[in-house]
Amino acid sequence: MEEDIDTRKINNSFLRDHSYATEADIISAVEFNHTGELLATGDKGGRVVIFQREQESKNQVHRRGEYNVYSTFQSHEPEFDYLKSLEIEEKINKIRWLPQQNAAYFLLSTNDKTVKLWKVSERDKRPEGYNLKDEEGRLRDPATITTLRVPVLRPMDLMVEATPRRVFANAHTYHINSISVNSDYETYMSADDLRINLWNFEITNQSFNIADIKPANMEELTEVITAAEFHPHHCNTFVYSSSKGTIRLCDMRASACVTGTPNFLKEPEDPSNRSFSLKLSSSISDVKFSQQWEDIMTRDYLTVKVWDLNMENRPIETYQVHNYLRSKLCSLYENDCIFDKFECVWNGSDSVIMTGSYNNFFRMFDRNTKRDVTLEASRENSKPRAILKPRKVCVGGKRRKDEISVDSLDFSKKILHTAWHPSENIIAVAATNNLYIFQDKVN
Amino acid sequence: MFARGLKRKYAEAQEAQEAAAVPAYGLQRQSLLDMSLVKLQLCHMLVEPNLCRSVLIANTVRQIQEEMSQDGSWRGAVAPQAAGRAPLERLVSTELLCRSGTAASELCARPTAPAPRGPKSGGDEGADPRGDGGRVPTSLDQILETLERRSPGSGDELFAAVDGSYYDLDAVLTGAAAHEGLEALSPAAAAPPGCKSDLGERDHVVEILVEA
Repeated sequence: MEEDIDTRKINNSFLRDHSYATEADIISAVEFNHTGELLATGDKGGRVVIFQREQESKNQVHRRGEYNVYSTFQSHEPEFDYLKSLEIEEKINKIRWLPQQNAAYFLLSTNDKTVKLWKVSERDKRPEGYNLKDEEGRLRDPATITTLRVPVLRPMDLMVEATPRRVFANAHTYHINSISVNSDYETYMSADDLRINLWNFEITNQSFNIADIKPANMEELTEVITAAEFHPHHCNTFVYSSSKGTIRLCDMRASACVTGTPNFLKEPEDPSNRSFSLKLSSSISDVKFSQQWEDIMTRDYLTVKVWDLNMENRPIETYQVHNYLRSKLCSLYENDCIFDKFECVWNGSDSVIMTGSYNNFFRMFDRNTKRDVTLEASRENSKPRAILKPRKVCVGGKRRKDEISVDSLDFSKKILHTAWHPSENIIAVAATNNLYIFQDKVN
Repeated sequence: MFARGLKRKYAEAQEAQEAAAVPAYGLQRQSLLDMSLVKLQLCHMLVEPNLCRSVLIANTVRQIQEEMSQDGSWRGAVAPQAAGRAPLERLVSTELLCRSGTAASELCARPTAPAPRGPKSGGDEGADPRGDGGRVPTSLDQILETLERRSPGSGDELFAAVDGSYYDLDAVLTGAAAHEGLEALSPAAAAPPGCKSDLGERDHVVEILVEA
């Protein structure tokens, strides 16, 4: 396939950089809310940073729709499990927004063990003139109170507050890899390596186990859950992917807890293929339902596949993300890169797929035209409002100008997390500790 | 661009490469196995390893082991280690993996496997919980000892079909694995409660080994 999508349209409108790079600053989750007005990122330090899109201004056309920091809060703190004598990292594994129902925004954030529901709300007024306490909140001496006052609301500088509304803890023995809000908006699920739990947003002390693949004898364990998601419209249906490359579609009406092997999608293995590392690379790292159609997208180490739910034995589309790494799987196993969990996203109309790669490269696949492009998110190559140039990796032979050789790819610069605006061509790309936002060229 | 002669030369080189590919494959597989065992060992040293990663590595080891036992190179791969003082990590890793269902049934089919035991004695075996608590054989002798203690009289039976010289790690492991495989196959031995050891328990076991 040619990498010839017209990228002149894609311009880099926004670039944010933390110049101090520590482990805690590495971005571990990126998610737009349902309107695309807000973009949340989570990092290894347990922080959530929310960006808000600037209102359009007639005077500054070129500044249309830039995202600025709206709120930052510490979602998770490092904890210590005294029973197991082990540290629980504060790293944010996933962020999911709830649909907005009032002036406040709600989001779920999770680390390995605990899911939290956060309320993000604005405050631009402050009550003044309390009877029993002074302006600082200290209680007044009752002897000094001589008159009765009616408190009044006075305008103040806009303040964005993030408050934890619910903490869903103590339900996961293994590491949580996915959370997904149900289309009934009353429940959500959290999936760890071996189990999936269903929660009601209002109830924190109880959850229902809806999938459990833990064998009675852990030594027989050969498969783990790698990602899970609810169907976008049918609240009884969810899907989960496994480390063996299978996708399971589950109906909560059929059984309260999935344990066996219900409907599943998997490509039959090629018996002639003996490569062990290729088998390792078939582990699915992300699964996503399309919004419009009954399609499921999965990301494994080398490819993105699109599945039709009615066709179980093979995907309807397969896109090679970085096929040039096929011959290097052994060394990628040696340096553990093969276990990297790349995510994948749809655009708003499900017609384009985006996913990450190494060397700060990310890929886009147009499902209609079958064209694809490799782009780079890096500080050196992209200045604010610069136009992204397609990149090309060459395998052996002569290296042309502007091409990069497979052997010079930087495997420490990986793009694992990306997000696509729900209705516009705006994308957010997390490259280690930097967040890049690219959008279609304005006018 | 290229002359015909050059092309042919390239093809010859390719053929030569293909001819060399068979031992090269074996070497690559061996290095992959070694790498996997080291990784697995490191996984087990952690209190809470990344489960997905450990499972993928363990599957790779199982798969390589399966393939090697099919083409008969598994004995060669492990026996030299056992000849001297077996390195602890190799012993632990293979010992853990040989207990797996797939490996066990695979090894059952091998001619060196002991004679199948009746379902009745299998049932008796099932009642006897495996690996008393956190205790695990830390040496070859202990493995033998454990096996003997677990099933009085079955130790001889277990090695009856095995040549005397096979009292090496491989034979013990094969025996142990086949033994367990039969247990699993035996209908009377359905789900012996003692087999339900958790990963945490295994970690504990490995911890003990590391300390030792």
